[in-house]
Amino acid sequence: MSSKSHNADSHSHPHDHHHDHDHDHAGSELTDIDLRVRALESLLIDKGYVDPAALDALIDTYETKVGPRNGVRVVAKAWHDPVYKKWLLEDATAAIASLGYTGRQGEHMVVVENTPETHNMVVCTLCSCYPWPVLGLPPAWYKSAPYRSRTVIDPRGVLKEFGVELSPDTKITVWDSTAEIRYLVLPMRPADTDGWSEEELGALITRNSMIGCDLARTPGQFDALKEDLS
Amino acid sequence: MNGVHDMGGMQGYGAVIVEENEPLFHHAWEPRALAIVLAMGAAGKWNIDWSRSVRESLPPAMYLSVDYYQIWFEALERLLLHAGLVAPEEIHLAQAIVPPVAGVRKLLKEDVSATLSKGGPTQRDTDTQAQFVMGQTVRTRKMNPTTHTRLPHYCRDKIGVIQAVHGAHVYPDTNALRQGEQPQWLYTVSFDAHEIWGPDTTASTVCVDCWEPYLEKVDA
Repeated sequence: MSSKSHNADSHSHPHDHHHDHDHDHAGSELTDIDLRVRALESLLIDKGYVDPAALDALIDTYETKVGPRNGVRVVAKAWHDPVYKKWLLEDATAAIASLGYTGRQGEHMVVVENTPETHNMVVCTLCSCYPWPVLGLPPAWYKSAPYRSRTVIDPRGVLKEFGVELSPDTKITVWDSTAEIRYLVLPMRPADTDGWSEEELGALITRNSMIGCDLARTPGQFDALKEDLS
Repeated sequence: MNGVHDMGGMQGYGAVIVEENEPLFHHAWEPRALAIVLAMGAAGKWNIDWSRSVRESLPPAMYLSVDYYQIWFEALERLLLHAGLVAPEEIHLAQAIVPPVAGVRKLLKEDVSATLSKGGPTQRDTDTQAQFVMGQTVRTRKMNPTTHTRLPHYCRDKIGVIQAVHGAHVYPDTNALRQGEQPQWLYTVSFDAHEIWGPDTTASTVCVDCWEPYLEKVDA
């Protein structure tokens, strides 16, 4: 067996001229995976299995329509409207659907509420289950081995890596998304926000706070952020 | 299957890397891979449990070393081959050679929004009675199937309490094997973190969704 591990069928050249399959594509920014994805996409179109316009529409959906701002609207409404909050905690699927957010990877929703006593965190140890209709596509870290492995055993250590330090008295409950139930965390409403509108409250809600990897911003943090941006 | 995908409680993977202003996609091929995975998922030739099973059966070293979208892509190639939708030489040459298979539901642009909004609910009607009730103490089974299961290894043979009853849902363990949906009652079971990990944990409670066949009664 040659030390070169090329498959026989990919190495049928009679002469051993320069033909490096592990080349670095000098002069091209395309990698093997780039080329393979393009090739398979064109094959599937060629076979008539996929509609190229549907592919663009799928990407556009998650780039521009379905993202964390949906979840922000859910949480802001729950903070603002106690009747909605009660409904959300009792029947999250219906309460979220009432705002127009339904479907793929959010068919069966459960909302878990953070309190001074209990902080909730969501993980999928087995793959990458995540509530798409309210949060969009999961970030890379959510699908990474460090997050998937450690959150169920050392959530406090994971939180520190997000810059969050909870009081030692706060208990942490971790939700492992092993079935088709998708979890959304209802973060605690920050103090000094009495009388705020839903829209104003929305500015305090981060995506990570709805996964349980962050707390909602305080009004002070939000003011500092605005100053940074201006 | 006790595979590398079953990561809960594993150690040595390092710190979580949190990027400032993380982009939605890191490489131009990622949205294309996502889109073909979603489009072919809607084609009706396989179910989500079978596709998860194929992803977690990738060579372990590959599973641990590639971007998550590439895990999806590698599994898509295998599913297309298993389902007979493409021939190996077609992938090799990136060119259609044999006629397409009939009965593939082609997702059209105008149906994308409705298809995503509908999703794939897994709850099913059932004539069976739930064997467990809220608040009941249960034990997860000691089991090591070589095929697809959604009971993580870290919470097998552990005592927990039924926290929610979700109705009957498609059972992944059979659905992944194409043995039918065989809906089973689904529960959220909450475990005292110390029951799972002993003293070496900073969690108080771990909640896991468990189908009824994963659970057994605990003698009072």
